[in-house]
Amino acid sequence: MIRSTFLPAPTPKLEGPSLQKVAVRSPILQTHALVKSYGALRACDGVGLNVLEGEIHALIGPNGAGKSTLINLLSGLIQPDAGQIWLDGVDVTNTDMRGRVRAGLSRSFQTTNVFSQLSVLDNLLLAVQAREGSSFRFWRRRDKDPALLLHARTLAECCRLPEALWNEQAGLLPHGTQRQLEFALALAAQPQVLLLDEPMAGMGPDESANMTALINSLRGKLTIVLVEHDMEAVFSLADRISVLVYGRLVATDTPEKIAQHTVVRQAYLGDESALMVSGDVTARGKSC
Amino acid sequence: MSPQVKQCAEPVEPKERKLGPSQWWKFMRSPWFALGLLSLLLVFPLLAPLWDLGFYVSVVRRIFIVGLAASSLNLLLGYGGLVALGHSAFVGLGAYVVAVCGAEGLFNAALTWPLAILICALTATLIGAISVRTRGVYFIMITLAFAQMIYYVCISLRQYGGDDGITMLRPSELPGLNLANDTSFYYFALAIVVVFLFLSDRLVQSRFGRALQGVRENSERMQALGYPVFAIKLFTFVLASTIAGLAGILLANQNLFVSPMMMHWTESASLIIMVLVGGVGARFGGMVGAAVILLFEEFLRLYTDYWHIPLGLLLLLVVLWAPRGLTGMWRRT
Repeated sequence: MIRSTFLPAPTPKLEGPSLQKVAVRSPILQTHALVKSYGALRACDGVGLNVLEGEIHALIGPNGAGKSTLINLLSGLIQPDAGQIWLDGVDVTNTDMRGRVRAGLSRSFQTTNVFSQLSVLDNLLLAVQAREGSSFRFWRRRDKDPALLLHARTLAECCRLPEALWNEQAGLLPHGTQRQLEFALALAAQPQVLLLDEPMAGMGPDESANMTALINSLRGKLTIVLVEHDMEAVFSLADRISVLVYGRLVATDTPEKIAQHTVVRQAYLGDESALMVSGDVTARGKSC
Repeated sequence: MSPQVKQCAEPVEPKERKLGPSQWWKFMRSPWFALGLLSLLLVFPLLAPLWDLGFYVSVVRRIFIVGLAASSLNLLLGYGGLVALGHSAFVGLGAYVVAVCGAEGLFNAALTWPLAILICALTATLIGAISVRTRGVYFIMITLAFAQMIYYVCISLRQYGGDDGITMLRPSELPGLNLANDTSFYYFALAIVVVFLFLSDRLVQSRFGRALQGVRENSERMQALGYPVFAIKLFTFVLASTIAGLAGILLANQNLFVSPMMMHWTESASLIIMVLVGGVGARFGGMVGAAVILLFEEFLRLYTDYWHIPLGLLLLLVVLWAPRGLTGMWRRT
């Protein structure tokens, strides 16, 4: 009964090309012994994550498990105390956020982080402008640049932002639409790897289903790392799931196996003291 | 290009302001008003002597120059969101270079003006490289600190007057233009202001300008989108400071006198007040603010030494009833 509350049985995958059939998948985003401490708190404690090309890789874990810290480390918003991060075989540990975006790693934010004073179209234009050549151009009017407008339009269509909303001020849109825009901004960089930090946060069931479909529509086109509390969404989307508890990676496996995993169930059932003490459990988790 | 793209190429139609006597504001928004004002300014030096208002040619010219400084600050403050409380240091620096060159007998504008602009740009690059890394109150304090440093350096220049400043024997020598002539200088300053306003308007609408406004709105997100946020801020800081230096060059020629008081932080504060009164992030915000404040000062001084009090009241009224500045009353949202 409790299991059905916390970890729903794996639901059938939504439609879309499944990458599980691809024979060899190379790792595209890897970390090794990544550590980040805030005072005595180890928010990220020796995490060795391995994200394969083209997969939707979910990160789950109880509150305070270090999911957002890990996303911030991966995206370059904060610097790790120790450990390495590789993107497509290149060490990006000391690359700043801009450098990682250029290398093909882009992120969305947990709390909506759009340009709330600007219109939706201006948000989209800013996002596509970042990718399209230099921003050190001073003469031609940006708002009339046909190439940028075309890209903004494509992006809006891709993220299902109806044209009727384009002239609305972003900060006044409903929460779900703002989340969609947030998603669009992250996608505009045309990343190889997209980090989504709780894209469904604060959404109603309908909006959540929309977002799930949206993410699913990208399946196979790029690699997605998904942090999410909505277990239904996680289990319907993810090819593989990694579980974080107290900053440690305790398991990485397919949704079916994760749902059965003892350590994971312990973590979600609140028997965390056992986890803290028993080192062998964590070790076993890491080896997954 | 598909017809759909053409369709979305239409500019975003802003909503009409609902409050206020809209017909009047509509007129002020129209290009006719701007053209009318410009022609008025063009004929002013010709008509002023007829009504014995010759003195005011110099007053209006001063408004142009200070307005140029305030407009350059508006680039930084209004579009970049960087509240620099040291802008007058660059005005003073530009003025000092010209005055010091004058004291050494060098009046050739072809040499001294580029030198002044270069020194302003270099100083701004050094100061900017440190200060634009900070934000909010820290940026205010650090720009203030650097400005005070320049201020005290100029005070310590004993051989160039120290506290008392430098009196210039004559204005800079431009080929084919006599700055000692009130009217020629007036048209020269007007031309510079018009060119600056046109170029800065283009800049604001360009890719760079849009990126700058993005940094103002949300610099963390800009970073996550892959923008070179630091470079954008630094470039804006150097650009604005250099234009302030240009205003300083003109101001030195206007007053034929420079003193460290030009760089005092209260001067920087009064530039900020001009931008606030005129309209933060408004095309003509700096000019309108400078005009209102300087004219206020000019006329109130005729009646009272305590002209700061009514000025304070004006500021209060603006903050309460026109939070977007005076130009905000007729500008579209």
